[in-house]
Amino acid sequence: MTKILIIAEHDGNTLNPSTAHCVSCADAIGGDTEILVLASDGQAVAEQAASTKGVMTVHLVQGGHLEAPLAANWANEIVAMADGYSHILGPSTTLGRDLMPRVAALLGVNQVSDIMAVESSHHFKRPIYAGNAIVDVQAPEGTTVVATVRTASWSGAEAGGSASVITHDAVAGPVSHTAFVGLESGGSDRPDLQTAKVVISGGRALGSSESFNLIYALADKLGAGVGASRAAVDAGYVPNDMQVGQTGKIIAPELYMAFGISGAIQHVTGIKDAGTIVAVNKDPDAPIFELADIGLVGDLFTVLPELTELLS
Amino acid sequence: MKILVGIKRVVDFNVRIRVRSDGSGVETDGVKMSINPFDEIALEQALRIRESGQAEEVIVVSAGGDECQQQIRTALAMGADRGILIRTDGALQPLTTARALLKVVEQEHVGLVILGKQAIDGDYSQTGQMLAALWDRPQATFASKLELGEGTARVTREVDAGLETIEVELPAVITVDLRLNEPRFVKLPDIMKAKRKPLDLIEFSELGLSAENDLAVSNYHPPAARARGILVENAAQLVAELNKRGLVQRSGTPSRSTKK
Repeated sequence: MTKILIIAEHDGNTLNPSTAHCVSCADAIGGDTEILVLASDGQAVAEQAASTKGVMTVHLVQGGHLEAPLAANWANEIVAMADGYSHILGPSTTLGRDLMPRVAALLGVNQVSDIMAVESSHHFKRPIYAGNAIVDVQAPEGTTVVATVRTASWSGAEAGGSASVITHDAVAGPVSHTAFVGLESGGSDRPDLQTAKVVISGGRALGSSESFNLIYALADKLGAGVGASRAAVDAGYVPNDMQVGQTGKIIAPELYMAFGISGAIQHVTGIKDAGTIVAVNKDPDAPIFELADIGLVGDLFTVLPELTELLS
Repeated sequence: MKILVGIKRVVDFNVRIRVRSDGSGVETDGVKMSINPFDEIALEQALRIRESGQAEEVIVVSAGGDECQQQIRTALAMGADRGILIRTDGALQPLTTARALLKVVEQEHVGLVILGKQAIDGDYSQTGQMLAALWDRPQATFASKLELGEGTARVTREVDAGLETIEVELPAVITVDLRLNEPRFVKLPDIMKAKRKPLDLIEFSELGLSAENDLAVSNYHPPAARARGILVENAAQLVAELNKRGLVQRSGTPSRSTKK
């Protein structure tokens, strides 16, 4: 009997879309799907989770020490609830990648990382070598599958469900060895990179944080999210939470436009699943053109304002 | 305090990966092998902590065949004090690696473990978290800043929402991200010196562990290629092309899903 528990990602108020992507993966596995919300005050998040199509039950476990998503605290609650589930899934976001291996180790299993396709209940496909190779991975039958779901490979399950919400008290107390100090966010009110339909990214060729205003101007015209290459983040033009690529965010927008990004493999890994990739670069030999659906060899400082004008 | 740094021998990150045509794996014959880049950053951080006087010894550990001694020697040349190779013929999966590391941690009374946040071959990103779980100690993953206090570490973590800071009591496991530091270059005299540094061999088979609940990995294949794209001459042509494909409307909002 397949019974799947998905760990909800949220910020205390809003369910992160990555959770709905996990529900789609659970649909592909088949079986009863339930969501676990760990929070300090998680009623609103639990209700959002309950409205996701395909979810049967939402478990809401509340405790003050669960407010920050500290892996050591969350893993203990998940393990306490794990009995009876054949699968425990989390998103392959930084939350899931921090948390799920701790859960897996406590349950004595290896984790299946970054599920991109489901072959059967214990048989999956996943990328390795930064997406340069794909492998089949089979978890041993009879063991709990603990896995992260590669969110860019799955569309989000729709709303329209009406699962019941069951509230529980936390069973494990707070760990004494880990304390949350704070979160400093990039603070953009633009669309979230991981869910935006259009993403505009800039690379090192922008040359300064001021030049990124050209990117923001076009993004605002298109209602797009804004990303950056590792080089642009390392150079300090933009904060780290804008980085797209193997060590940043892996995204799958309908339209991705890269300006002044050469297309290093570590960046390409993060955008391979985009619907249409547009590249603008001065260097006709930039590797990004091998991947682009539409390429334009030109100076981004000319092209960007023109595009913004033309799309007005 | 002793710091343990885990290093993994992987295909060098500049090498273009080729999947063997029989699907049995990724070609490693005649391919340049290196220390996993994230592990180099872990080692650099450990060395800086020792150089600041907050640790006495940096031990590097790797698991694999005899060939991994090359990477351990490189780590010793970078400045690690001694090396340990957990010798095994097959590749260990993260859970078994974590169990083996725990043996070393207990044997050596390690106060801090620093690992790369993931290896660039298997991209698992599990071993550090698993070691922390089995050891029942804190984990601080994806570190971009690390400050040691009295028996504590304050770690800034690169997370999707921005920069998260947590404080953990030592001993702890820290996994590092790219922006934590820039590893030093190895100098020739250090390579000579490294040859005289101790490198202990531990047989995996003598640790009393077995590889349990391994995942079966098979059918290596290259990813699906994207269709060849087109080139346009200027911004106007680009906009026309985007319009033709229904990707932008005059209002500038996306109008059609092209997602697979």
